[in-house]
Amino acid sequence: MKQPFERIVEQHADQVLRVCRAVLGVQDADDAWSETFIAAMRAYPGLPPDANVEAWLVTIAHRKAVDATRAARRRPQPVGQLPEQTASAGSGGPFASAGSSAGSDASACAESGLEADLLWEHVRALPDKQRQAVAYHYVAGLPYAEIAEILGGSADAARRASADGIKALRKFYPDAMTKGAS
Amino acid sequence: MITDRDGTDRDDTDRDDEVAARLAAPVEDGVLARLHGRLERAAEQEGLLDVAYTTIDSPLGLLLLASTPQGLLRVAYAVEDHDRVLDAIGRKISARVLRAPSRLDAAAREIDEYFARRRRTFDLALDLSLSAGFRQLVQRHLPEIGYGQTRSYKQVAESVGSPRAVRAVGTACATNPLPVVVPCHRVLRTDGTLGGYVGGSEAKSALLTLEAAAS
Repeated sequence: MKQPFERIVEQHADQVLRVCRAVLGVQDADDAWSETFIAAMRAYPGLPPDANVEAWLVTIAHRKAVDATRAARRRPQPVGQLPEQTASAGSGGPFASAGSSAGSDASACAESGLEADLLWEHVRALPDKQRQAVAYHYVAGLPYAEIAEILGGSADAARRASADGIKALRKFYPDAMTKGAS
Repeated sequence: MITDRDGTDRDDTDRDDEVAARLAAPVEDGVLARLHGRLERAAEQEGLLDVAYTTIDSPLGLLLLASTPQGLLRVAYAVEDHDRVLDAIGRKISARVLRAPSRLDAAAREIDEYFARRRRTFDLALDLSLSAGFRQLVQRHLPEIGYGQTRSYKQVAESVGSPRAVRAVGTACATNPLPVVVPCHRVLRTDGTLGGYVGGSEAKSALLTLEAAAS
């Protein structure tokens, strides 16, 4: 039986927001979340009753994020906001290849002491496939076979992208590194 | 959780737990409430909010109020099980159901006023889609029973032109989707005893006492 849509929101709101943060950064996540849920609500009556709702929502969020990223790339970057490396990001780290304003967002987050926000900026700075694979596996909890459906390619490729992404993220958590190595 | 199929990288797995835990941590308080509010407004604007609902406190416990764009669709007592009521609405009306209190502002205010004895009739658009046929006919006539008055099931049957349909009137009252607002509590057995009520007989007698004290 199909649940009232409010229950879908209750069950998945948090997870979808974290997926949006991972893929787009904290700044743009709210808009993507809103667009995802309004699109989901529009399509909901046609969703098969036995569908995997989480995978369905992540697929919609993925499309919204891709749209948002394309739109952002068409927007001219403000001159005053060249990426700056933070101490925790380290020079030559993933931010170097970010190509967007992720670096400056990260330093802004670091200055305001929002450690959780900083994590999302680290994730956002990963290459697209790694970032998406990490978001959909570690944040959304989807199996790699489902992620391969969303991203294209094989489940193994999704698994490798996710593992590479997590490996890159680990650099930002030296405490975890120490604990793991002991 | 990462699955290292060869199992060689235990240290990596431990470290993954730390990073994975951070990725899985819930978002900060308040953010989701704000986003939910935004979704409510967007859904209303885009015509997707088929059913809006909220819950309000009342002297008879928590009441669920649900409304379509046409009007108030459902008032439900807690004993009816609000989750089941919403499931039924999702099945019968639309699955596009959202907790969106602003559409219920007027209904909530009028019901508050009623329980405070500051209101005797409801001035609300109603959506009677949850009932049909004879039941709906009866429910349309129930507001003719004035505040503080009562009728017997038999009298109601007569007033809708089906004097022998006493039992069907009983069913129509028992399945009233809009208790309190559509006053099925004003219909009693011919001998003056209460008869059944969707909110329980205590709720029925409480409403009658409230109206008797005010009139």
